[in-house]
Amino acid sequence: MADPIIISASPHVHSARTSKKVMYDVLYALIPAFLVSIYVFGISALILTSVAVISCLVFEYIIQKYLLKTKVTITDGSALITGILLAFNLPSNLPIWMIIIGALIAIGVAKLSFGGLGYNIFNPALIGRVFLLVCFPVQMTSWPTAVENNLTLVDAVTGETTLGIIKEGLMYGETMSTISEQLPSTMELFIGITSGSAGEMSALALLLGGIFLIVRKVITWHIPITMLVTMGVMTGIFWLVNPEQYANPLIHLLSGGAILGAFYMATDLVTSPMTKKGMVIFAIGIAVITVVIRLFGAYPEGVSFAILIMNAFVPLIDKYFKPRRFGNKIKSKIM
Amino acid sequence: MLKTFPKGGIHPEENKITSSKAIKKMPIPKVVYVPIAQHIGIPSEIIVDKKDKVEIGQVIAKSGGFVSSNIHSPIAGTVTKLDMIVDTSGYKKQCIVIRTDQKNETNFEEPVFPLKKEITMDQKDILQHITNSGIVGLGGATFPSHVKLDLKNDNKVDCLIINGVECEPYLTADHRLMLEKADEIIVGIQILMHALHINEAVIGIENNKKDAIKVLKQAAQSDKRIKVAALQVKYPQGSEKQLIKAILKREVPKGGLPMDVGVIVHNVGTIFAIYQAVQYNRPLIERVVTVTGKNIENASNFWVKIGTPIKDLVEEVGGMPEGTRKIVNGGPMMGKAIKNTDVPVTKGTSGILLISENEASRQEAKNCIRCGQCVFVCPMGLEPHLLMNLSEKGLYERLASEDAMTCIECGSCSYVCPSHRPLLDYIRFGKSIIKKLNTAKN
Ligand code: SF4
Ligand code: SF4
Repeated sequence: MADPIIISASPHVHSARTSKKVMYDVLYALIPAFLVSIYVFGISALILTSVAVISCLVFEYIIQKYLLKTKVTITDGSALITGILLAFNLPSNLPIWMIIIGALIAIGVAKLSFGGLGYNIFNPALIGRVFLLVCFPVQMTSWPTAVENNLTLVDAVTGETTLGIIKEGLMYGETMSTISEQLPSTMELFIGITSGSAGEMSALALLLGGIFLIVRKVITWHIPITMLVTMGVMTGIFWLVNPEQYANPLIHLLSGGAILGAFYMATDLVTSPMTKKGMVIFAIGIAVITVVIRLFGAYPEGVSFAILIMNAFVPLIDKYFKPRRFGNKIKSKIM
Repeated sequence: MLKTFPKGGIHPEENKITSSKAIKKMPIPKVVYVPIAQHIGIPSEIIVDKKDKVEIGQVIAKSGGFVSSNIHSPIAGTVTKLDMIVDTSGYKKQCIVIRTDQKNETNFEEPVFPLKKEITMDQKDILQHITNSGIVGLGGATFPSHVKLDLKNDNKVDCLIINGVECEPYLTADHRLMLEKADEIIVGIQILMHALHINEAVIGIENNKKDAIKVLKQAAQSDKRIKVAALQVKYPQGSEKQLIKAILKREVPKGGLPMDVGVIVHNVGTIFAIYQAVQYNRPLIERVVTVTGKNIENASNFWVKIGTPIKDLVEEVGGMPEGTRKIVNGGPMMGKAIKNTDVPVTKGTSGILLISENEASRQEAKNCIRCGQCVFVCPMGLEPHLLMNLSEKGLYERLASEDAMTCIECGSCSYVCPSHRPLLDYIRFGKSIIKKLNTAKN
């Protein structure tokens, strides 16, 4: 007998787009930054990323299969991305067991306890990172020095991040002009030959991936551009007022997690607003909080905190910044 | 920059396989099944009985009210049954079954209608002819046309828009009609302008039909009041509200009608039917249907008598291709899937689309990843993910307050959702409940 005729409601066609494809696009976008991190941090970056990814997948599998007894969804690509983003936000010389704890928090607490993909309010990778930062502040803030073409296994030298150097210098009463002698050049910052978390250093590589994401329509420009422009303007104003007390905006944009945060973390589909208006508000919020933390807070870096704080506002933003309804606010004659 | 509507919309694969196929006449069917509910509104009342002999164009069911329409016999023959048959809605509906009289010559005569430009009737007569001829919106909405034309005296309608957009993938019925009957369509437009005292008409055509744009521009050359607007290709531009916005930048208010912004919209097919009704007193008994699908050998466009079983059409294009899993009455975005090919062609049938195995079944719905795609593409500015959620949870009041009722059911949201969520299914369901609750309240 021939297969039965299918009856279903319209539409009868679908764009070839699937969530899996969206996730894999994100994955491809992360490749350049991953390569740079291996180039400067060597094999340890590879180990870090593998451990993070594998633990995320394993935890998702175990928790879904044995604890929640729901469908296992590790093939949808989302846990994979969480793993990579988590790794990108960690120093590459972090002890392996800490990485595993970070993954457990990211997947178990931040994602699955909220109901799984789509229901989590906070960016899982960032929750993992902030948890580690709070529990193990020492290990989380000692970074290996970047070495070009790094093939060694040992990271004997630990260095400071650009923002860390600035914060510390200013704390001891130095001025920006003396501090800047210790800083990497803008070009080094742009390409990524600098200390920092595994995946956050190379602005160039991250921008490449970011542009790919925009071209593939996985994200729109609204969040990353608004966030970076706001950060640039804010830090620029401070810098113009007192260049000896505040670093110039380029340093702020190119160092720390600004670009990684703007293109990959803040744009996380699940934890960002749905409308373009909402996205702009969200991104401005992140930028303002980040700058406040960086300039006046105790931590040198504030992107992760800023994104998490704004994540909490997303339901509210979605509620108040709705798309404009067609035909609204125009008086109808017949009603 | 070509004109288009500003918010939302998608661009599905066009697949206009049959756009170069001239409209062929279908052979006269042996039997026709004419449903009495082919239009939106009150079903017509049957006025013939079993064994009655009927002539072509004879009224067999008369309009059941103001929002209703006459139905005429598409062929000369004998009424064999008044039966309940499954129509495109999937439900059994009353229907008049007529067996063609093979000896009656009128069935086989090719009626010739030379172009008749002169408009001799006055306004009242024109409207009377349109009302009597059973003309309904042939774009698929099947709204009785005379209702749209019944303007109150204080109307401010200043523009007639002719919908030649045909934004549905696959369908080419309107495209072919515009190419082959351009002059008649222009006269049809003039008839309406005359009857309604309107001095401006715009024919909206998407830019993937450049030949039709050219032909109509040429045909309209002698009449300065009629313009042709080339539109960017974007679905759902054929929707009245989006089309008006695209062409005139006017926005029909929520819950309002095109008339509220001084516009009347008619489909090109309807205009042609009006031309025939007024100039030749010919009622609506046939229409153009695109029979298409990726695996069909001789996909083409046909002049089809209303009531012809879809089976006959499928045979005409070389039979049902192997592996066909879905039969759609209409286009792939808004058409209805039907159970089998016994269903007859009605006034609203713009196409028959046969979809094969690999495209017919839906994929499993996954969690919403909050990507916002459905929100971006919704032409009405709705939040489909939220509407589905509310409908699923049975929160109908919230659903209504989120403007679910303004959804035009274009399907753009379901089309883009990367998680394959059946957004429109739930929205439609929610809307039907809201409608029921509202009628219960009143
Ligand atoms: S909600 Fe309605 S109007 Fe909006 S895209 Fe979906 S079907 Fe179209
Ligand atoms: S398109 Fe689908 S996955 Fe994306 S927000 Fe809408 S419902 Fe959710």
